[in-house]
Amino acid sequence: MSIVVRIPTPLRKMTNGQAKVEVDSTVLGELVEKLNSEFPGFKDRLVDEEGELRYFVNIYLNGEDVRFMDGLKTATSDGDEISIVPAVAGGI
Amino acid sequence: MAFLNGLKCRECGREYPVEPLNVCDFCFGPLEVVYDYATISEVVSQDSIAKGPLSIWRYKDLLPAEGDDPVDIMAGFTPLLKARGLGKTLGLNNLYIKNDSVNPSFSFKDRVVSVAATKALEFGYETIACASTGNLACSVAAHCARAGVRAVVFIPSDLERGKIIGAAIYNPVLVSVDGTYDQVNRLCSELADDYPWAFVNINMRPYYAEGSKTLGYEVAEQLGWRVPDHVVVPSASGAMFTKIWKGLNEMACLGLLDGVPSSSFGVDQNTVHHPAVTTKMHMQQAEGCSPIATAWNSNQSQVVPVRPDSLAKSLAIGNPADGIYALKVIERSGGSAYAVPESDIVDGIKLLAETEGIFTETAGGVTVSGLKNLADSGAIKPDDLTVVYITGNGLKTQEAVEQVVNPLSIKPSISSFESVFEGAK
Repeated sequence: MSIVVRIPTPLRKMTNGQAKVEVDSTVLGELVEKLNSEFPGFKDRLVDEEGELRYFVNIYLNGEDVRFMDGLKTATSDGDEISIVPAVAGGI
Repeated sequence: MAFLNGLKCRECGREYPVEPLNVCDFCFGPLEVVYDYATISEVVSQDSIAKGPLSIWRYKDLLPAEGDDPVDIMAGFTPLLKARGLGKTLGLNNLYIKNDSVNPSFSFKDRVVSVAATKALEFGYETIACASTGNLACSVAAHCARAGVRAVVFIPSDLERGKIIGAAIYNPVLVSVDGTYDQVNRLCSELADDYPWAFVNINMRPYYAEGSKTLGYEVAEQLGWRVPDHVVVPSASGAMFTKIWKGLNEMACLGLLDGVPSSSFGVDQNTVHHPAVTTKMHMQQAEGCSPIATAWNSNQSQVVPVRPDSLAKSLAIGNPADGIYALKVIERSGGSAYAVPESDIVDGIKLLAETEGIFTETAGGVTVSGLKNLADSGAIKPDDLTVVYITGNGLKTQEAVEQVVNPLSIKPSISSFESVFEGAK
């Protein structure tokens, strides 16, 4: 068993069209590095020059925004589901 | 016809065609429409606008959808009222209310949805969807009923009853999600990847958001083709706030304001600031969800997401996508942002109702209380030309003010009336 990562449309060109990718990792940052190894350039889309999550990128671990957890240091484990979602407007 | 050159990423500047896209493939930045202002300036004038319909479509040349046969339930061109009663209470002699609570589905959302629905049909969609804090669901469902297409609307399950019924009556597919608005929004973003639907605030967002510019156009037109000194605006995502500013600046650059010659839009259409637009933009958020006001008041350029806990559910967006752009508008305009205490929201609703005869929803309570703060603090001077935007209707959030119901109970007789009435006096 591993971690399922849901890939949003803007990034599917990098994953050869795959909407879901499976990765093993214990920390979110490690997961991003592994995705980057498999799909070169992937990390740059998610993380800025300072190593922080880009402003317009939201990553959810089992539905929870990782910004409310430990960001890229958030622990991950088998069976988790990660969603990468671009920020969208709404409300007023 | 729509005068568009394409879409452009607001962050990295990459260009995209006019398609149902909202996010830059490279940096995830939001895409914005790019207008052909040279052609627009040749066709639009005060006269051409004044001869148009009494709806947002009088500004069709400035909107990103074809305006000849729009999905139109007559959104917009709502009243701008001189607020004598509220003005007297607050010590403001030149106060106006833009009453957008009287739109067809009872909120400003009809403006954005009319544009989005029109664009969705242009793109050939047969289903229009949204994630909503309530007002948007009502508006999407209403416009889909008008257009004869399917609506699928997603709402948090804890919404006010008036908003749920106000959407359900148009017979959409109504999906009640056990979660917050931010969670509903995230779910819809994921669904938008896999369902061939026009999500108005996701893949239609670049077109949809432009509808809010008409709140700026109308106020300028209704004031006699001039801009106010101050506008007071409620905010959640910050989108409407930034679009009102854009609308005022477009009017100035296109020469649509009295005594203001047209001028170039410069290199970035979204950040243009015409010197004739001296309007200060004042944002009001509820304290229980005020990430943009918090960032502004602590001099941060980034907006840190929060978990909302506010009476004003239509303002309860903890992760405001347009927050950083709203901060720039506050800065450029010399405006402000304020987190209205939750305990002042109902007071704001009652103050507006009792002084002006306008019943607004909780977001309007936030706005009016924020206006009071600006007046009390002296940020708005007594003779400044000020417009306060009331964007939603109080009948949708009746739960918030149920305590006002306190009737004189009598028997059906004159003596019973007189005894109770005399006591009440």
